[in-house]
Amino acid sequence: MAAFLARRLVQAVLILLGVAAITFLLLYCLPADPAVLIAGRSATPQMVAAIRHELGLDQPLVMQFLHYVGNLLHGDLGRSYTQKTEVLPLILARLPATLVLMAAGIVVEVALGLTFGIIAAVRRGGFVDRAIMMLSFVGVSSPQFVVALLLLYVFAATLGWFPMSGFGTARHVVLPALTLGVLGAGWYARMVRSAMIEVLRQDYVRTAHAKGLTGRRVVLGHALPNALLPIIAMVGIDIGQFMSGVVVVEAVYGWPGIGQLAWQAIQQVDVPIIMGVTLVSALAIVLGNLLADFVAPFVDPRIRSQ
Amino acid sequence: MNRFVKRIGLAALLATSALVPAKFAFADTPTNGGDIIVTYKDDIATLDPAVGYDWQNWSMINALFSRLVDYKPGTTELGPSLADSYDVSDDGKVYTFKMHPGVKFTNGRAVTAADVKWSIERAVNPKTQGPGAGFFHSIVGADKMTAGTADTLEGITAVDDHTVKFTLSQPDATFLNVLALNFASVVPKEAVEAANGDFGKHPVGSGAFTLKEWTIGQRLVFLKNPDYFIKERPHVDSFTVEVGQEPLVALLRLQKGEVDIAGDGIPPAKYLEMKKSPEFEGMIVDRQQLETSYVTLNTQVKPFDNAKVRQAVNMAINKDRIVRIINGRATPASQVLPPLMPGYDQNYKGYAYDPEKAKALLTEAGLKDGFATQIYTSNTDPQPRITQAIQQDLAAIGVKAEIKAVANPNVIAAGGTQGQAPMVWSGGLGWIADFPDPSDFYGPILGCGSAVAGGWNWSWYCNKDIDARGQTADAMPVPAKAEERNKAWAQIFTDIQINDAPWIPVFNERRVVAKSKRMGGPDEIYIDPTRVIDYEAIYVNK
Repeated sequence: MAAFLARRLVQAVLILLGVAAITFLLLYCLPADPAVLIAGRSATPQMVAAIRHELGLDQPLVMQFLHYVGNLLHGDLGRSYTQKTEVLPLILARLPATLVLMAAGIVVEVALGLTFGIIAAVRRGGFVDRAIMMLSFVGVSSPQFVVALLLLYVFAATLGWFPMSGFGTARHVVLPALTLGVLGAGWYARMVRSAMIEVLRQDYVRTAHAKGLTGRRVVLGHALPNALLPIIAMVGIDIGQFMSGVVVVEAVYGWPGIGQLAWQAIQQVDVPIIMGVTLVSALAIVLGNLLADFVAPFVDPRIRSQ
Repeated sequence: MNRFVKRIGLAALLATSALVPAKFAFADTPTNGGDIIVTYKDDIATLDPAVGYDWQNWSMINALFSRLVDYKPGTTELGPSLADSYDVSDDGKVYTFKMHPGVKFTNGRAVTAADVKWSIERAVNPKTQGPGAGFFHSIVGADKMTAGTADTLEGITAVDDHTVKFTLSQPDATFLNVLALNFASVVPKEAVEAANGDFGKHPVGSGAFTLKEWTIGQRLVFLKNPDYFIKERPHVDSFTVEVGQEPLVALLRLQKGEVDIAGDGIPPAKYLEMKKSPEFEGMIVDRQQLETSYVTLNTQVKPFDNAKVRQAVNMAINKDRIVRIINGRATPASQVLPPLMPGYDQNYKGYAYDPEKAKALLTEAGLKDGFATQIYTSNTDPQPRITQAIQQDLAAIGVKAEIKAVANPNVIAAGGTQGQAPMVWSGGLGWIADFPDPSDFYGPILGCGSAVAGGWNWSWYCNKDIDARGQTADAMPVPAKAEERNKAWAQIFTDIQINDAPWIPVFNERRVVAKSKRMGGPDEIYIDPTRVIDYEAIYVNK
């Protein structure tokens, strides 16, 4: 297990370096010149050149990258071009909100997905199954923007049950988490359903029924643990995805997450922020997958014995 | 004598500026007190006056800091601020300001002439990486500072604690406008140094408000400065800026009374609906600003190197139809300058929409069968739709324009690359005048000096004769010859369009702000020509 984790950690570092290199190169290839954007339209070419020099953009690409990686190893993500402040605090300030929304979103997704997936699997082929699959299809194909505004309009603007916007209390989390959860639950429901159908056909399930166990114990106690594996892998992926920001949901609910920071930085070619957010998201994806790998053996004895 | 007249002039300005609140009195008496909430979609990048240069932070920086001179609320008229009076030498090169005594930064220290000098040097210094450095180019020594060979500006002298003298390398009629820009705000050196590179998040000034709290990505709270040297302002006790707010949601919150000013205004799709709805009566401020949206015609790219072709495409565009596409939120433009700008030529009507005449001109230019070209545009709505309308109009005279819709920074990059973009639609790139002076629409976007790589003269237009006329106009002393100077500029812009037509001026976009019913004061302080929102002048009705 220790060897496995060590191997995964080395891989993680290499992945992050690779992501940094690719992002750096892509941003370098953009036609937009950050120095021109910063210098403003009153600037003379000399002023633009002076700013380019201050930012170190007059150095060869390899030198710029080595410089960046060197700072990165000291935990220094550089300074934002437009905000003229350290990037790390900007990201850290938005991390709590991002984490809260990620966790809440995943909880809603998994709770809804599991419940409906199991019901559909047990009632396979019946009206309930078809209704659930239909709903999950609507869920996965609805645009976030529409669902977010709809929930906001009904539950916040009209009924007034939840605040319309902001971050801070548990009530603020409900609607954004529900938006993410409702939309993501469809995937989970479909996956749980097919995994469960697979498992419910197995001999040991028939044996359990034959022993006289109740339907509930057979499904939840015997079948479900064997169907959980793909769900865990998917949660790992979602951790990464939600950590890289859910721009639309953040925008509608005024949620101060990482997505808004990234979106604005891209508009302004604020390279240090784009790099920082990309690396944090890459780290989250790596960690999310690592977590899934780590949890899987506890849930599934078959992996433990390998 | 000359000196005396100017003093009197400023004294008169001071008197009228003191009368500003009284002027509103017949409509509404500004009441003091109240805490208001303002929303924006984008986060606030910085509150450093040497750095901040977008329309969200511009108003806030303006309210946090003070400058030697400033505009009277809601107008384009300059008046005294930190300076009580000033003198200009007869050659127009030396400006001497007498500062108002007893003004303090909010850290308690007195504001001195040395602070003025240090603050402007900071704005010019390339190490600050500020976008305002270019405005101070006429101060002696600015070029050395840009080149990195000097750390101070020899053209600024603190004569004594309350007298500051500027020496210019050439007369600059816009110099007072430049000193009223946020970039010329006075900052305390010790606070900048204490912030250790983070002054933009920990600003200290001597303006109407102080920053009390900044929760990144969420809100900024500004409190009234009780020691502000203009006693009758500001009126509100505080304003809180909530960021990350989707404009549609901001409007819903405005309706529920949770928000007082929706800073992003009304999304185009909702504009007509809200404008017609009685529910929103008195809540929508819709005003002209110092803006022109235009298409640049690259005078170095074939066939736009031929003035006849540029004139022809000017006649091909149906501006009324384009204005309808954006729900009438703009007025068709006849010329480079927007109507509110001094020097706007009332008599010049521009190129009328006339596809037949356009085709005839193309034939004269030897392009009977038209030609193929490209038009660059920002890729955010409604800009691509507007560009499509332009494309259709051009197709009607046989010009096949391919649309290149890219992100804003890439439009700027394409425009500033020699020989690349034949046409650029400027919409969505925030082209609003820095100050109410016609020269601001020439130098940075039409002058020879800006027809360079990375410049903003995307027509790559350079007419040496016009450049010389501009210099002559800018050497005219202001205010003594302001009228004559504005006339000279009006003629310059009209001649540019009639003879060379490097632009298709398409429309002048209006700004729209939505405010709650309890907010008082005239529209012009919510869409102030130089400040956007004038936080000093707005108030809450009791």
